[in-house]
Amino acid sequence: MTNARLLPLFATIAIFMLALVICFIQFPNMFSTRVLGNLLTDNAYLGIVAVGMTVVILAGGIDLSVGSVIAFSGVFIAVVLRDTGLHPMVVFAMLLAITTAFGAAMGGLVHALVMPGFIVTLAGMFLARGAAYMLSIDSVPIQHEFYDVLQSYILLPGRGRLTLIGITMLVVFVIGMLIVHKTRFGTAVYAFGGGEATARLMGVRQGRVTVMIYAFSGFMAGLSGIVFSIYTGSGYSLATVGTELTAIAAVVIGGTLLTGGAGYMFGTFIGVLTMGLIQVYIVFDGTLSSWWTKIVIGALVLAFILLQKALLHLARRGNEVAYA
Amino acid sequence: MIFPVLRRVAPQLITLFALIVLITLIFPSFLNLSLVDGRLVGPLVDAAKRSAPVALLAVGMTLVIATKGIDLSVGAIIAICGASAAWAVGAGYGLGPALLIALSAGIACGLWNGVLVAIVGIQPFVATLILMTAGRGIAQLITEGRILTFTDPGFAWIGSGTLLGLPVPVWLWFSTAVLMALILRRTALGMLIEAVGINRRASALSGVNARVLLIAVYAVAGFCAALAGLVVTADIRGADANNAGLWLELDAILAVVIGGNSLLGGRFSIAASVIGALIIQTINAGILLAGFPPEYNLVIKAALVVVILVVQSPSLGGHFAFLRTALLSRREARHAPQTEEPKP
Repeated sequence: MTNARLLPLFATIAIFMLALVICFIQFPNMFSTRVLGNLLTDNAYLGIVAVGMTVVILAGGIDLSVGSVIAFSGVFIAVVLRDTGLHPMVVFAMLLAITTAFGAAMGGLVHALVMPGFIVTLAGMFLARGAAYMLSIDSVPIQHEFYDVLQSYILLPGRGRLTLIGITMLVVFVIGMLIVHKTRFGTAVYAFGGGEATARLMGVRQGRVTVMIYAFSGFMAGLSGIVFSIYTGSGYSLATVGTELTAIAAVVIGGTLLTGGAGYMFGTFIGVLTMGLIQVYIVFDGTLSSWWTKIVIGALVLAFILLQKALLHLARRGNEVAYA
Repeated sequence: MIFPVLRRVAPQLITLFALIVLITLIFPSFLNLSLVDGRLVGPLVDAAKRSAPVALLAVGMTLVIATKGIDLSVGAIIAICGASAAWAVGAGYGLGPALLIALSAGIACGLWNGVLVAIVGIQPFVATLILMTAGRGIAQLITEGRILTFTDPGFAWIGSGTLLGLPVPVWLWFSTAVLMALILRRTALGMLIEAVGINRRASALSGVNARVLLIAVYAVAGFCAALAGLVVTADIRGADANNAGLWLELDAILAVVIGGNSLLGGRFSIAASVIGALIIQTINAGILLAGFPPEYNLVIKAALVVVILVVQSPSLGGHFAFLRTALLSRREARHAPQTEEPKP
């Protein structure tokens, strides 16, 4: 059984390796620290939000509001910085408090109303996007000295740039791994995804865990919004439309079961890198259009879901044989 | 026959009516209707015309939701069908073949979803997510990343033409809804769909071909999305792969939910969903007339969803049902001495 659970992760890593080899054969130049540094920087906000999404999906839920929350975060930061003299760090703290509370509220609704998470977070998606529109429809530039510090980077050998936000993503993934695999909360998340009734019988406090899961995702979406605002240097209410889908796709490509209960945070990391690599490949190729990204990602998601289906089927058959 | 239907859609009709009264009280011009060049014009007609895409989607979405499913890909199908129709017209295939290509593309997309859900056994939400992500890519492949414009007057007529005094899109959603309701309610199909939604296993065991039914339902949703795609594309005389039908899947789900259909499957009413679409459009019109920026739309929709969720919630529903039976029994006790046995 453990073996079957690890298989999707191995498949993820194998596909990533295969993609690397294909890239290397076609474009040997791709392997510079420059491209790798950019790979981290360009996908930093996606990776951070995918950490939150992994936790939600592991618990058998889904959070459709994250794309809107990222856009809201960017606009909130830009508008507050423009209109007040507050230091960005204070604004960040305010924002994270807001998005975490927002996530917690959605989790509370999911629990209190016994409604599927994706409907409640759909309402949250409307609400966050609407709130962003209300703050400003236009793109608001962020001009603050502190942002120059945040946009700094370490020069790697080979003139690659390891940016602060790239490092942030790596740190967040490490923290995410620790939370999911090493804490009581993480165990509760897995138990919850395995089956709510079972989790309840195991003594998991359903309401508290549901609220915490969505609050965690809200926090990560807020953090991702901060990173995105550093990345673009502005806040725009129409930004990151559909990021929730990209994040879900990254989690699925990372080998996490969409029904919850099985998967690894490390897989999501590889999933994010794989998606980034597809984009880099398309840029390097030059003749392929950017819309191929969407099609390839769709095909990969399908392939992984089919793989999981087949594995579940095999595992079930194995069980039947064992019982017979 | 007509009375049960009226009773079912009464809350939605009352809401729609109340909204129209509210808007009319503030803006008396809302009810203005006039006949110009043999066609009706006025804010009400405009609202009915603008609800066309969501109303069409709501018809298909109602059926999908009745089977306890969801179709997130309809927005992407709109983009695909709009793009293929515009491409075919531009390539000189003529109007008929172009419409045929678009409608078949929609049905093909629906069949794809249906096969993933019914045969492969993926949850509907995930299965349609695949086409939602990849669909816009496919649409862009067809348009080659550009906005395909066309000048074919026949095609444009679908979006902005007039038939017997009313805009063509209004006829389109109205006839689709009526036709679909007749097909489903004059045969056992509607009941079978409800059976599959309530308990797929039980209905399959009692001889319902749940698999074929599910595929057919998703194909119908694809067909409705194709019609919506034609209206959207014809209206702006161009196919925009990025923005055509964006967010519309959410509006369609919202319309179905406003229509009082449970997201957990089972009993459904197409009429109520279509009225739900009209309610959404009336709110939009009201917000615009009131001079609020259209950005408030999303927040109001979010509030609407939450209110409806609270009303629909199984956990709170228990309390409501309890209240209702308590009230009813009290009323019955009060009326008991006067009322005779009702004679059939």
